[in-house]
Amino acid sequence: MKVLVAVKHTIDHNVKPNIHPDTGLVDIAQVKKAINPFDEISLEEAVRLKERGQVNEIVAVAIGGAEAKDSLRHAYALGVDRALLIETDTPLQPLAVAKLLKAIVTREQPGLIFLGKQAVGEDYGQTGQMLAALLGVGVATFASAIQLKDGQVEVTREVDRGTQTLSLQLPAVVTADLRLNEPRFIKLPNLMMAKKKPIETLVASELNVDLAPRFRVVSASEPQQKPGAIQLANVQELVAKLRQVEVLQ
Amino acid sequence: MSVLVLAEKDGNQLKPSTYQAVTAASAWQLPIDLLVYGDNLDAMAAEARQLAGVRRVLLAQAGHFQHPLVEDVLELVLGIANQYTHVLSAHSVFGKSVIPGIAARLDIAPITDVIEIRTPSTYVRPSYAGNILSTIENLEPVQIITVRATAFRACSRDGEAELVTIDAPAVRGTSKWIGEQLTHSERPELNSARVVIAGGRSLGEEFNNLLDPIAERLDAAIGATRACVDAGFAANELQVGQTGTIIAPELYIAVGISGAMQHLAGIKDSKIIVAINHDPDAPIFKHADYGLVADLFTVLPELNTALQQH
Repeated sequence: MKVLVAVKHTIDHNVKPNIHPDTGLVDIAQVKKAINPFDEISLEEAVRLKERGQVNEIVAVAIGGAEAKDSLRHAYALGVDRALLIETDTPLQPLAVAKLLKAIVTREQPGLIFLGKQAVGEDYGQTGQMLAALLGVGVATFASAIQLKDGQVEVTREVDRGTQTLSLQLPAVVTADLRLNEPRFIKLPNLMMAKKKPIETLVASELNVDLAPRFRVVSASEPQQKPGAIQLANVQELVAKLRQVEVLQ
Repeated sequence: MSVLVLAEKDGNQLKPSTYQAVTAASAWQLPIDLLVYGDNLDAMAAEARQLAGVRRVLLAQAGHFQHPLVEDVLELVLGIANQYTHVLSAHSVFGKSVIPGIAARLDIAPITDVIEIRTPSTYVRPSYAGNILSTIENLEPVQIITVRATAFRACSRDGEAELVTIDAPAVRGTSKWIGEQLTHSERPELNSARVVIAGGRSLGEEFNNLLDPIAERLDAAIGATRACVDAGFAANELQVGQTGTIIAPELYIAVGISGAMQHLAGIKDSKIIVAINHDPDAPIFKHADYGLVADLFTVLPELNTALQQH
């Protein structure tokens, strides 16, 4: 069976975003970028399924400019078999991304489609669910465990008060949460080898998909910071203070 | 023009987030219909009718809604979506799983995790792990959003909505519910509790012994840091932070928590933050309203006693 893993090359999760003084919007053109950590977890899960002999091909797909190839090389170093870049210079919104991925799913016919539960950055958390709905297949979001059995995928997912287990017909879309696995450490020789592997490139605008933005980010601001804690001497002072501000009845 | 709000239930009751979602929807000043689905809704129908500001309660009753699946709720909503110009749900696990799919099938871009509806098509939402608040203008003819429930007050219960029964579409069958492992806690849910007390890894094996009695006294939900969960001292679903539950209680008490970025992202909307830590340089103090530098193993029992006396 084939697994398709969608990979986003996005702002490094350790980098604090800055607002550009001219545009008033977050400026990510110059910041350090990396593979979205939730996508790395998806890749690791696909590789583990392959190591168990349940999957025979893993295809990674990224959407973006030439720089997104870095994340596809990362995917190669983790153990994917093929990498695809859908090239575009304009940042795309989740609905357009889901439509492009649908076009790739139609071409590749994978049995399983993995995405991260969200991408670090805009934190929209929409693409996997949209892709499943557009494909008309089942979706399991926030996966913390995955098991392939009898032509179905059994997914344990994180819900409000614990976990829930679903069984989905294949093909299905699964979005990875943090606890699905811990991605392996990439060895340097693997990274070197990954640099030599081919990346097939498609042009986004040639895939017959409506890529137009549907919404507009008007402005961005940093949330108000607290001035710093008022230090209290002991528990009695704390309790008195909390009563004073009426959070304790 | 009218609004469809997706309700969510917890047992035989509506979740508090449904009340908050109705308040959010009232910002549009349009008639609101509340969609309630389940396998046995007799008890809940009466409750749902009372939500202030709701025009009609749409009841979809079917055996397969006992454990609702994304695919089935998606079809249910798509069946009636053409009657609505606005669709809204809480940004709960179920809401964020189903809303983007509904929107995609309608060829509409949804706006998720909204904390403020500024104009009928302009929203504020956090991004970059809560480090940035973005204002978004949605140009779509249908507005589809999820709202962070804790950013809105619960609506009152003095309404008298009309009750309408609607048909549930047949089971899709692409996915199947197998089971659930839920923590049955007497404590309120993290994402809607008025008070939350959370502990870090340094509480160790004493996590529950130290926090439970105080949580009981304050009717607080208990939370934990990622490090504390990873070390096995607290259950997974207690994790508060960017990768766990994002909370916004009236009062948040952080005990033995240093204040990692990813934790702060999950608590910064709390109204009052109290930090108790033995390290006076812990970053959490920069983000707290009140600080107490003390050894938590002595101060927590003291706090418990102090709360008892009042």
